[in-house]
Parts: sequence; structure tokens; C-alpha cells
Amino acid sequence: MNMDLRELYQEIIIDHNRNPRNHHAIDDATTQANGFNPLCGDKLTVYAKLEEGVVKDLSFVGCGCAISQASASLMTDALKGKTIEEAHAVFHRVHQMLTQDEENQLLAMDKLAVLAGVKAFPARVKCATLAWHTLEAALNKDAAIVKTE
Amino acid sequence: MNKDASLMTPLDLESIRKDFPILHQEVNGHPLVYFDNAATTQKPKAVIDAIQSYYEHDNANVHRGVHALSVRATELYEQARVKVRRFLNAPSVKECIFVRGTTEAINLVAHSYVAPIVNPGDEILITHMEHHANIVPWQMLCEKTGACLQVAPISAKGEVLLDDFEKKLSSKTKFVSICYASNALGTINPVKEMIDMAHAYGAKVLLDGAQATAHLPVDVVSLGCDFYAFSGHKMYGPTGIGVLWGREELLEEMLPYQGGGEMIYYVSFAKTEYAPVPQKFEAGTPNISGAIGLAAALDYLTTLDLHKIAHYEEYLLAYATEALIALPGFRIVGRAAFKVPVISFLHDTIHAHDIGTIIDAEGIAIRSGHHCAMPLMDFYGVAATSRMSLSFYNTTEEVDCCIRALNKVNEVFA
Repeated sequence: MNMDLRELYQEIIIDHNRNPRNHHAIDDATTQANGFNPLCGDKLTVYAKLEEGVVKDLSFVGCGCAISQASASLMTDALKGKTIEEAHAVFHRVHQMLTQDEENQLLAMDKLAVLAGVKAFPARVKCATLAWHTLEAALNKDAAIVKTE
Repeated sequence: MNKDASLMTPLDLESIRKDFPILHQEVNGHPLVYFDNAATTQKPKAVIDAIQSYYEHDNANVHRGVHALSVRATELYEQARVKVRRFLNAPSVKECIFVRGTTEAINLVAHSYVAPIVNPGDEILITHMEHHANIVPWQMLCEKTGACLQVAPISAKGEVLLDDFEKKLSSKTKFVSICYASNALGTINPVKEMIDMAHAYGAKVLLDGAQATAHLPVDVVSLGCDFYAFSGHKMYGPTGIGVLWGREELLEEMLPYQGGGEMIYYVSFAKTEYAPVPQKFEAGTPNISGAIGLAAALDYLTTLDLHKIAHYEEYLLAYATEALIALPGFRIVGRAAFKVPVISFLHDTIHAHDIGTIIDAEGIAIRSGHHCAMPLMDFYGVAATSRMSLSFYNTTEEVDCCIRALNKVNEVFA
């Protein structure tokens, strides 16, 4: 297996795909949004419980490729308990990491840095960003379906 | 299924592969294995040379000039039309219209033939396995005219059930549009029977030949259809060119599709008269080099002999199907008795996109997605499948390579 592929499908990604964290609905969510990638059929719903500016609970439900599921799982893990502002900031950093060339985006990203491997596979970037775009929509209380096309 | 290709003088695979320059490259450090032919096919040198030669020696606008280059360009373009007529066994060249591709052909028929003859409550019948190009134009038409879209069901094996198809026909059915072969499943439909059934109810029929034309000999007279559409780039020709064949008596009565130059006989602000068929449907400067490239592709296929091609591809399909069935975790979607060499498959736990990316690292090109057939994916309860679509320039060694790579997919996710 070549280096790029090894980085893309490294253990953390495989693990988060096999055992996705926070993979359930939230009955008393204060906001949610749907995301859909028409290119490959990745679908997910992000649920968030926002209280006093904090993301008290964050989860997702969905089906799709390993990258989209792992990315959603990593996202819910990373952002649960953060403030809404922090969540927006992390979204922007992840988006930049996946779409731009800046190496230093990886700093202070912890586990999320594993997603950087997706950059070597431009056709898969939208799989990785789907959950994040959907979260942004939920946070912005935009209930329309988010599309990454 | 017949696995013994030596029954006929076999195709000379080594010589054929030399005809296709693009096949000889490495992808990610491995020899390219191109298994995405249903999306688009590769082009033989003869097609590339014909297009290049046209631009180097004969390029001019057609039909309008009296100068030498224009005469040569027009001859080449109209010669291409003659070759299309021969290839389809059409009664007349006038019935062969050059369009951009199958999608444009279907839109043309929807606009120019079907729209004027349907009333609210009339029905248009398609099947559950159609490509979006043979769904969306009819949905748009139904919305505009108040007609109703009917969908003939398919079996779990991916076959049209003739009894169920007939049940969907009625005196309200004005038009039937069906694929000759499915791009997602490979199924070859029993189109002759379906056409006869439709005609019995007074409906005309269009055959979407986009997938079939590269793999089966086509005879529009024997098939009995009223319209036949295919795309150049799906049968070893360039993109941007396709053909709509239609019965002369229908084409004569039809409204033009696009207006402009070439499709007119006479223009004045008081009145404009349209040109006769086929020019009536070829507004603007056509894709001249495209038509010439298409003609070269038809010549190439005719030289190889489509019967030999079909025979070899049947063997290759059987070989690949058997190998895939034996792989743990994988299963095939669409097990029709008669297929073109297309295999859609799924893994029990691994998504099509992940499969595609992992084997791309081994130089293997397959397609992962909905294949422009979302209703068909819904029928199988999946968002996407992986699809291997083969051609006469693919080999059993390449299939072996693909199977080894699919085994690796299991290892990555183990």
C-alpha cells in the first residue's frame, strides 16, 4: 500500500469508521441539519444541543464511506463541550487544512490532523468535509439540506 | 455462459491493445487497468488520427462554401452520416441525425415528437433501471404537458419482467423509452418483445443505445424501434457527438429542436421555411471533427467485427463474474441472464468510494457512485455501487489484477 493511501486509511480513521463515536440521534437537540453528497450518496444528520453558547452534546446519524463517517465521528468527539465560537473556528481550520496547502494548519489539531491525509485524494475531500459543513449549517440554524456539490 | 473464446478466430488482443495509446501508462506506479468503459471508452489511434488529419488538412465549415476545403469537409461529414446509416442498417441517411450525445437525442425526441402529441392524462412509460438521461427529460415533459410518467418494475436480478411491463401499457400510453442495455447493471433488455408490445398499444418507442452500441450489433429495422440514440464517446469515438436515428415519416412531421443556421431552407422576417430532414435537426455548425472521429470508430469496430467483440466480451464477463463471486465480502448487483460486460458490486461493510480509492492506488480505474441511476440505487436500497465495465481491449490478466486489489481492500479494513 503506498504512503498516501496508508495515511488516508490509517488506524484512527479505520477505528472511527468501525466504531463511530456519538453515532445516534439526540432527542432533545436544539438544532440539527441534514447533509448529502450526491456524488457518492454519503448522507448524514448532525444533532447538536446548544446551551448558553456551549455545544453540550453533539452527535450524528448517517451512512456513507469510511472517510465521511470517520470525519463525522472525529468531529463530534473534538467539539463536544466546546463553545459555539470554538466550533466555528475549528470548522474553518479543518476546512483550510483540507483545501489549502498550508502545513501549519496541522498544529493544535490533535486527532483531527489525521484528516490531512485526504488532501492527497482530491476526489475524497468532499467526503471529509460533509459532516463539518452540515455542522456549520446546524449551528447557523439553517435547516435546509447542506450539499457539498 | 460461454467461456471458451477459441471457438472463433479470436481477437488479436496484443495487436488491439497496441491500437490504444492511452492504455500504456502507469498510474500510481502500476500499469493502468481501465475498467470504466461504461463511463467513457478509450480511442484507437485511427480515431485520433482521423480527427488530427481533418484539422491538419480539411478543416472548413460544411455545407456553405464552394471552395475546395469546404467541399472536402462536407464530403467527410456526409460520408460519416453514410457510415452511420450502414452501421445501424437504417433505411435512409436522411434518418440519421448528428447530435451531441444520447442525452441530447432523448431531449430532442421529447421536445419535437412527444410534447406535441401528449395531452393531460396521457402516459409515457420507462423502466426502473433507466439512466437519468432517460428519466429527467420525461419528468420535465410531464410537468409541462400534464402527462403522467409510468415506470415498469424490475426483478431483484435486474431484469424487466415482460408481463409486468405489458401491464403498464394501456390506450393512454403515447410513448415508451427504454434502454437497450443498462449502464449500471449490464442487463440487456428483451427490447424486440417490448417494442412489439408497445406498438400493439399504439405507442412509439425510443431505444437508449448508449451502453449497447459498443457491445452488440445494432439493426434498427430488425429491432423495430421508432427512434434509436447513441453516443460516440461510449463506442470508441470522441466526446460531443452522437446519433439520433428516427423513422423518416416521424422526423418529417416533427417540429425542429433548435433554431438557427443550417436547419433552414429560407429565412425572411416575414416567414422562415425549415430545411428537410436531417438538416432540420442540425442547427448551427455541427461537431464536424466529432462526426469524422465517430465514423473512424465505426470503421474500427466494423473491421474487428462486432460479433467477435460480443463473443470475447461474453467470455471476459463470465471470467470476471466468477472471480468476483469467489471473493469474501463482495456480492454482485444485477445477475441478469443476458448482459453487456458491466458488473456492479457491493461489499458487506466497505463503501464503494473506499473500494474505488484503494484500488486506484493499484492503478485500477472503476466507478463508484450512483451511475446516474439514483432510482435504481433506491430499488436496491443502496446509495452507491462499485462498477467494473469492460471492453474488448481488457484482458483476463487485468481482471486477475483487479481481483488481487479487491482482496487488498479486505486487508485495509481488517
